Amino acid sequence: MPTLAYREALNQAMSEEMRSDERVFLLGEEVGAYNGAYKVSKGMLEEFGPKRVLDTPISELGFTGLAVGAAMAGLRPIVEMMTFNFSLVALDQIINGAAKMLYMSGGQCPVPIVIRGPGGAAHQLSAQHSQSLESWYANVPGLKVVMPATPADAKGLLKSAIRDNNPVIFIESEVLYGMKGEVPEGEYTIPIGVADVKRTGKDVTIIAHLKMVYVALEAAAELAKEGIEAEVIDPRTLRPLDERTLLDSVRKTNRAVVVEEGWPFAGVGAQFADLIQREAFDFLDAPVLRVTGADVPMPYAKPLEHAAIPDKARVIEAVHRVLYRRQAT
Amino acid sequence: MKSGSATEHRGVTEANGFESDRLAPLEERARGADPSLVKDLLEKMLLIRRFEEKAAELYALGKIGGFCHLYIGQEAVAVGAISALGPDDYIFCSYREHGHALARGMDAGAVMAELAGKATGCSKGKGGSMHLFDTRIGFLGGHAIVGGHLPLAAGTAFAAKYQNQPRVTACFFGDAAVNIGAFHESFNLAQLWNLPVVYVCENNEFGMGTPIEKASSIDPLHERACGYGMAHTAVDGMDVLAVREVVGEAVERARRHNLPTFIEARTYRYMGHSMSDPAHGTYRTRAELDEHRRHDPIKRLTSALESIGALTPEAFEESDAQVRQVVEQAAAFAEESPDPASDDLHSDVYRD
Ligand SMILES: Cc1ncc(C[n+]2csc(CCOP(=O)(O)OP(=O)(O)O)c2C)c(N)n1
Repeated sequence: MPTLAYREALNQAMSEEMRSDERVFLLGEEVGAYNGAYKVSKGMLEEFGPKRVLDTPISELGFTGLAVGAAMAGLRPIVEMMTFNFSLVALDQIINGAAKMLYMSGGQCPVPIVIRGPGGAAHQLSAQHSQSLESWYANVPGLKVVMPATPADAKGLLKSAIRDNNPVIFIESEVLYGMKGEVPEGEYTIPIGVADVKRTGKDVTIIAHLKMVYVALEAAAELAKEGIEAEVIDPRTLRPLDERTLLDSVRKTNRAVVVEEGWPFAGVGAQFADLIQREAFDFLDAPVLRVTGADVPMPYAKPLEHAAIPDKARVIEAVHRVLYRRQAT
Repeated sequence: MKSGSATEHRGVTEANGFESDRLAPLEERARGADPSLVKDLLEKMLLIRRFEEKAAELYALGKIGGFCHLYIGQEAVAVGAISALGPDDYIFCSYREHGHALARGMDAGAVMAELAGKATGCSKGKGGSMHLFDTRIGFLGGHAIVGGHLPLAAGTAFAAKYQNQPRVTACFFGDAAVNIGAFHESFNLAQLWNLPVVYVCENNEFGMGTPIEKASSIDPLHERACGYGMAHTAVDGMDVLAVREVVGEAVERARRHNLPTFIEARTYRYMGHSMSDPAHGTYRTRAELDEHRRHDPIKRLTSALESIGALTPEAFEESDAQVRQVVEQAAAFAEESPDPASDDLHSDVYRD
């Protein structure tokens, strides 16, 4: 299998879909001549021309709303958010517009749109540029929320998102763009709403998405050294959630730790914990524990920033607690 | 390519004779117009007036719920403007859109049933008064976040251009919407990308109880377009033929040249902001309201037509009786229609 960087996988997904479907187009800040703020759309202006790869002014509300309108008229826009932080000024268009149009029109107006870009923290970007907004979006009926952790998932899921007839919030990660991974050759898609078992194990289930998958995997590797076999589940899609895969794992391991980069209060991990206690209560040997970002705006100073983002040590500690073990010293 | 500066655009606007106060008197224009068209415009305005009166009645009886914003007084804007559109054109509206739906030819029964929250409503009872939709006739909704639908209208205009379709988008909104960010971002994009959209601001002088002078840094509002180099004009929104003419020119500009236009239609609403708000009292006086009623769009057209001998009081009564019957039937249809089925709660959230 060929190896691709995460950003190249995304680029392939968009380019392949644009080759096969004239209705698909890309718009956003710097997506054209600049090749994308993170170079995800590299070469696309050259291939598809300015009609289908549009550099926008800094008007997230305006161009997101324009894309929603274009989708109502039968096109399939891909909106690139330079980062999801800036999607906040477009929130009305996404929630009151894209998410509700089908319902409030009594089923007449589907909105096939993908809104994609990086979310979460990168490195020392501080409060306004480092936040995980997936729980905001996942709260909204009418939206789908996809968060791929690997290049292969990124490509397969983005292709599905572009073909989906609903608004899809597709959150990537600045720190994953350069990550390389094997990507199947040729045409393939990964269905939205299917979780992936990133590591199998029998002692504890660790649920994590986007770059927290790697924190979970590092923790699992460390835990294996003490004989604890952790299963790492990546939901890949937060809405719709593959409840079956999560629950099957917990029913097997009887313990769960949920890891997320975002804030704790009403975070997506709370939703997973709710699901597990509701549907697998009798299987649980310990309370479901959550490892989350700190309940503060993201600080700038490096040590403070590190302290605010979940790391391997905190995941290991949580696993020890659900296993009622003392932390190894 | 950008198509020129603000000043050039204003020049274009004036050269096209857009300003409706340069138009001949209504009687003269009515004499020159196709009689069957004028009759249709009058009957559409009447239909809206009677429909809204009925809606007020049903609201008082508790048969219509929620927010209900009536259009009485403003009929000439929707009727004149929509008469200038083609069958494939798109329309976006605010929540005060019963009139636009009827002007576009949506079935009065389907509209009334939607107001009543019935399964037979145009949005299956899921949208209500503020979210009327009928995609078969390009009616892409009432939208209830002030200004939120202006970018959507730029979007359908974009799609038409992208697909080389000669489709124009008309977008209606209130005077208060010129103060929200969506207005500015949409105007910039529409002009920057040369989109075939006609923005029609229905200036009824108030956003709820706030008069324009307390809300907008400039008046006339249409001059907001100067900041974007967009063609713009004001039109007498109580004169249905003037609205039709001015919007018609803008539609042509859009269709032929992919250029947007901003039209400020000066009008007035006779009722309260919504059904929960009295027609006058706190923010305007009875006298003010009565003064505006003297320019009533239906009365103005009626007396113009009578003065040129194109309409008799009997013919008017006949039209009115017909329209009242349509409205009664619509109300009966709404009344008799079933509620949405309970399992419809979960449908239409996602499309397969
Ligand atoms: C963003 C937003 N803020 C506030 C409201 C509540 N609201 C609904 S209508 C309205 C006044 C709008 O007036 P205008 O745009 O002039 O339209 P009109 O009601 O006169 O048709 C307000 C404040 C809203 N719907 N959306």
